[in-house]
Amino acid sequence: MNSADMNSDVARGNMAIPTLESRGPAVGADPHIQVRNVNAFYGKVQALANINLEIPRRQLTVIMGPSGCGKSTLLKTFNRFLELTDGARVSGEILVDGRDIYAREVDETEVRKRVGLLAQRPSPLPMSIYDNVAYGMHVHRMKRSRKEYKEAVRHYLEIAGLWEEVRLRLHDPATSLSIGQQQRLCLARGLAVEPEIILGDEPTSALDPISALNIESRLLDLKRVYTTVIVTHTLRQAKRLADHVIYMYLGEVIEAGPAREVFSNPKHERTRAYLDGQF
Amino acid sequence: MEGSQKNETGSFATAEGRADYGPSAAARIRADHNAKGAFSILAVFPVILIAIITIAMILRSWPILGSKPLIETLFGDVWKPQDGRFGFWPFLAGTAWVTAVGLGLAVVPCVLTALYLSEYSNSITRAVAKPVLDLLAAIPPVVYGVWGLLAVVPFVELVLAPFARRWLRAIPVFAVNQPTGFSILAGGIVLAVMVAPFIIAVLYEILDTVPEELRHASLAVGATRWQTIRGVVIPKVLPGMVAGIVLGGSRALGETIAVLMVVGNVVQVPTSVFDAAYPLPALIANNYGDMMSIPLYDAALLGGALVLLVVILVFNAISTLVLQRLLGRRWT
Amino acid sequence: MTKGKLERRHVAEAFVKGLMYLSIALVAGSLALILLTVLTRGFPALSWEMVSKPPQGGYYMGKGGGVLNAIIGSLYLAAGGTLTALVLGFPIALYLETYLGDSPWGRYVRLSLDVLWGIPSIVYGAFGFTLMLAIGLRASLLAGIIVLALLELPIMVRAMDEVIRRMPVDLEQAALALGSTKLEVAVRVVTRQMLPGIITAILLGFGRGIGDAASVLFTAGYTDRITTSLLRPTASLPLAVFFQLASPFPEVQKRGYASALILTIIVLVISLGSRWISGRLSKYTVK
Repeated sequence: MNSADMNSDVARGNMAIPTLESRGPAVGADPHIQVRNVNAFYGKVQALANINLEIPRRQLTVIMGPSGCGKSTLLKTFNRFLELTDGARVSGEILVDGRDIYAREVDETEVRKRVGLLAQRPSPLPMSIYDNVAYGMHVHRMKRSRKEYKEAVRHYLEIAGLWEEVRLRLHDPATSLSIGQQQRLCLARGLAVEPEIILGDEPTSALDPISALNIESRLLDLKRVYTTVIVTHTLRQAKRLADHVIYMYLGEVIEAGPAREVFSNPKHERTRAYLDGQF
Repeated sequence: MEGSQKNETGSFATAEGRADYGPSAAARIRADHNAKGAFSILAVFPVILIAIITIAMILRSWPILGSKPLIETLFGDVWKPQDGRFGFWPFLAGTAWVTAVGLGLAVVPCVLTALYLSEYSNSITRAVAKPVLDLLAAIPPVVYGVWGLLAVVPFVELVLAPFARRWLRAIPVFAVNQPTGFSILAGGIVLAVMVAPFIIAVLYEILDTVPEELRHASLAVGATRWQTIRGVVIPKVLPGMVAGIVLGGSRALGETIAVLMVVGNVVQVPTSVFDAAYPLPALIANNYGDMMSIPLYDAALLGGALVLLVVILVFNAISTLVLQRLLGRRWT
Repeated sequence: MTKGKLERRHVAEAFVKGLMYLSIALVAGSLALILLTVLTRGFPALSWEMVSKPPQGGYYMGKGGGVLNAIIGSLYLAAGGTLTALVLGFPIALYLETYLGDSPWGRYVRLSLDVLWGIPSIVYGAFGFTLMLAIGLRASLLAGIIVLALLELPIMVRAMDEVIRRMPVDLEQAALALGSTKLEVAVRVVTRQMLPGIITAILLGFGRGIGDAASVLFTAGYTDRITTSLLRPTASLPLAVFFQLASPFPEVQKRGYASALILTIIVLVISLGSRWISGRLSKYTVK
């Protein structure tokens, strides 16, 4: 079953979301994203050096490392957000399902539809809760009738775990929500365009602990359906969430592998040092 | 601890508590207080000035405000100062027409330019654009007038008017009733270029207040830049954009010299953009020489200036308040 | 992912971008056209005589002379007006930032300054005229300076205020912590930080003052002689252009274009010069 089918099964509510018991196999099988010889620069400053790695399909991959090591930069290459920064350049290839998203003929807005991003600080659009979730669907004209839009909004709010709290005030401004709720709203908004991959750029670091755990459990539920890549700067969160781990330092990938292996038996000196809390 | 309370200047020095620092501390603090007193009078000056200007104009135009019902003066269309008849309507209409054409021509290009600078361009383009806009803004009005005379009036006469005569005959607003290019259209074109740098700068400032995260939020679900502009950016700042345009309009209202040189200065109520007109500022500027020689003429002309002042004050105050609220601070 | 860029929304965006490029071309093109027009029509009549002599007898009918009276007159007017506005405006700007800050009074003053900024120069001219009549001052250099000072005041205070606002608070705190009174901080530290901003404000005001016609029309009068006294009428470049253009003689009109060119050059030099200066001076400031 490919990911598109799984998506629509979940969308139709046919499929129970699997539990945390089984953690996925190693990447090898069928990587969703392949990064080949990627270098990234902000002007003259190099932010990513010679990145080669693979992101496993339908697992939760965590990119971890000390601040400034290039985690967010790497994440932003996956949805072509890096080029939004004035003076940023990317070289190399990034393949999603085997096709280079940086190829000339590729439409970057389509890339962003398939690769969703949950930002660090919730940024609800200046419109109602309903309109926020429906926004992406309208942009891509994904539904055909008002009824379809309404059902979809409800569905994605349910998946994000927000439906019960907002069902009676869908047309209130999104800014009236608490910050934890806003982040869940952003999650619903991002899922509504039916991506295959979810990126999270420290998605819980601006939230209070309860909301943070809430988002974490959402992500854990969703990882079976969506390939998920999270950047975090807390080791604890990495250990809680990761199936697959990538450790970065100063713009390079030091180590990458299944969570079990990397956390218990790191191969590199630096990884060990980081895990031991030396920095 | 005794003597360690901060006094209102924020320093811990008091004459008693710091005797070892000598009298200089006390003297300095006194100087501080004196300066504050002197400055506060000065700082109030701008507020007072507005009041003084308005009152002065009202006083000088009092004779004409009182002599006949105001409505008759404002809307009368006979202007014969020698006979004591002062109907302002042709000038009010002329001002309205020229300003409307000027603003109308300027709005779309200015909005698009500001949008481009804010949403699409990179910092290099902006760095080039700024001097260009600053230069346009710095060119003196009389030079705009010269350009208008040399380039715009012939353009209207030799290109636009024949075009309108041929293709737009059916539309009364574009009727060509006089042979020269000295017209509202010429005035409007010159005005449009004159207010453009101002409007673009204000609109850009307003667009700049939209946080980048909001744009990112829209782009992240795969919207195009234009969809983001339409769906997120503009709705967020629409009132501010309108206020900025209105402010540009009030600048256009007051522009005297450049318009005067190209608009024809014929006392009539215009019916077409190709007609000549006589805007209020031009009236004042052209006739100040005769002001003192005909009774009530000076009151009439200054009354015209008063009308200008009041209209501009009202528009300015409203727009500025809206902009201040949106921009959170004064705008440049 | 290569759904092709022919989707409606992409076509719409391409269309709008096209309109944007057109608009930019219009704006930039207008600047180019203005400068080009003034240059090509003004340059032929530009001569050493134009800038070195006042009008001789019969100048407006084609005889010899130049516009030195206007050049010098405008320089005096703008210099006097800018100086006065600076002397008035600098304390106002300082006071605004140092004492008033964001208090209600501060907001009233700022709103007033904004409103004053929007008042057209013809109204300032008319007001200046009533002022002149009230105090018995005749059309003169002095009257022109007063009106120009009022005209330039909001521009300059705003420019200076803008710079003071940007000043890092830490600088002020550091100076206060070292024991200065607020006044001292204001004068010593703030002034140095503001230096490029002050210079920009001066040049901004000067550029405005030298180019404005509507305000000096009523108040400064006109003369063919070179200005020597504060209480006599003075010529100004904008009015010189205006009067020469009004003449029926083509030679005089051409000299009008040349005068416009002179005025434009002065303003361009000031505008570009102020950028250069503030660029050079800002290395002394803290960002």
